[in-house]
Amino acid sequence: MSAIIKRELSSYFNSAIGYIVLAVFYFFSGLFFYMYCLLSNTTSMSYVFLSMLMIVMLVIPIITMKSFSEERKQKTDQALLTAPISLTEMVLGKFFGAFLLYCICNAIFVLYAVILSFYAAPDWAVFLTTMLGMLLMGGALIAIDLFISALTESQVIAAVVSIGIGLLIYMLDSLSNVFNVDWLTNFLHNISFDAHFTNFINGIINLTSVVFFLSVIAIFLFLCVRVFEKRRWS
Amino acid sequence: MIEVKNLTKRYGGVKALDDISFTADSGEVVGLLGPNGAGKSTTMNIITGYLGATSGTVLIDGADILTAPKAAKAKLGYLPEQPPLYLDMTVRRYLEFIFDLKKVRLPKKEHVNEVMEVVKIADVADRVIKNLSKGYRQRVGFAGALMGNPPVLILDEPTVGLDPKQIIDIRKLIKSLGKKHTIIFSSHVLSEVSAVCDRIVMINNGKLVADAKTDELSETLSGSGILALEVEGAVTAVRNAISSVDGVKRVTKGAGLSYTVEFETGVDIRRGVFNALSKANCPILMMRPGGMTLEESFLKLTEGGED
Repeated sequence: MSAIIKRELSSYFNSAIGYIVLAVFYFFSGLFFYMYCLLSNTTSMSYVFLSMLMIVMLVIPIITMKSFSEERKQKTDQALLTAPISLTEMVLGKFFGAFLLYCICNAIFVLYAVILSFYAAPDWAVFLTTMLGMLLMGGALIAIDLFISALTESQVIAAVVSIGIGLLIYMLDSLSNVFNVDWLTNFLHNISFDAHFTNFINGIINLTSVVFFLSVIAIFLFLCVRVFEKRRWS
Repeated sequence: MIEVKNLTKRYGGVKALDDISFTADSGEVVGLLGPNGAGKSTTMNIITGYLGATSGTVLIDGADILTAPKAAKAKLGYLPEQPPLYLDMTVRRYLEFIFDLKKVRLPKKEHVNEVMEVVKIADVADRVIKNLSKGYRQRVGFAGALMGNPPVLILDEPTVGLDPKQIIDIRKLIKSLGKKHTIIFSSHVLSEVSAVCDRIVMINNGKLVADAKTDELSETLSGSGILALEVEGAVTAVRNAISSVDGVKRVTKGAGLSYTVEFETGVDIRRGVFNALSKANCPILMMRPGGMTLEESFLKLTEGGED
């Protein structure tokens, strides 16, 4: 598994993808940080993170789009699938490779918090729960997008579908108000990333939200494994 | 070492493999031969665990590829038809990745260097694979298969698309590796298989059509002995003279002065043919046993299968 994680990370930085993802992420986070913290003289970073939600939805598909699709197209999956490792190890390797790049993206917020601390002490507890939320939410999205990447041979299709699904997830909370059916509104609200993420931004570690994101990760990684299992037999 | 038993593979309604069984013993080089689309790659993909078989089993040194995949795969080195290379890596980095992926327990740096020496790619060790020529890429793939010195090597058409010198190099390499490894290697070029392999397994339309030692294959295939001749003289006279010899089954006229004689196995008709033709005053210009080449019997066999 560690071999795959290492290779994934190095492949991001052998190509332009890693640098572009970091650049876009850092640019927007810097912009939001300047707009919502420095200009408005506050140490509360909640607006920064809320705005970053959109950027995360757009950036993660770029990270995951080639994870499996490119392997299949270049037939390098034959090396992975005939090596003495299990499918689960392979999928987890891919997941953590992408997740580590996402963690490197998020490291920038630590810098922002340190900058703020020169002006006034930020609420470190809230900052930590928010970071936990960012990582859990990002992880869930990575798992979903990896699954999409496993379904196709084309990076472009993987990216477009992933972005589409990301935007849909982003709108779930607003969508939940559109329908006048109680159970549907409830359901949409409960699977809305936005709603769960807001808990973390408010400094609450809600067990439901933690379990929700972890379940999404587990379910979609499991589906990923199934995709490869099925492909062997068809 | 490798046991393939009753392998059947269906793709939807199409039967790609139909009840294929063969074995490869330790230290044996087995050639998997068949025309394009015969099922060679499918067979190899199933042996290596990349695909699942509809029915049948594959044992690698006693380990079932399906129920004990890790143990079985640890003994395998696989070079697919298109080498699974990450184009953005350097040769050394790629091999180190394969080393880690296979969880090899040997000194890493030394082993990678050693394998690169064996397949002669040490001079491109630090170049990015993207920039290498086809021949080098093939050898990098080969090196990947050799990582960890697996006892079993599965090579899918390793010489396709290489220039003649590279083909000879790869063949030499396979031959030398055959002393220590069990090798299954596929090709649709018969001369290549007969040059390298101890045994030939022939597949056509997903069915096993022959499994024999390389030097016995020609006889096994045709079921009779064969003699090629070049004789001067009237065709009927030559035919009659040869047909009169005991044991001759059939005389076929080839191009120019050449004739092919089929005769019962276990009989030596050469003296008889010589005497009969000399009596008929038809001088023999050339006489050679095994007139039907492997290539011809291969064609005959594969064409027959398509009817």
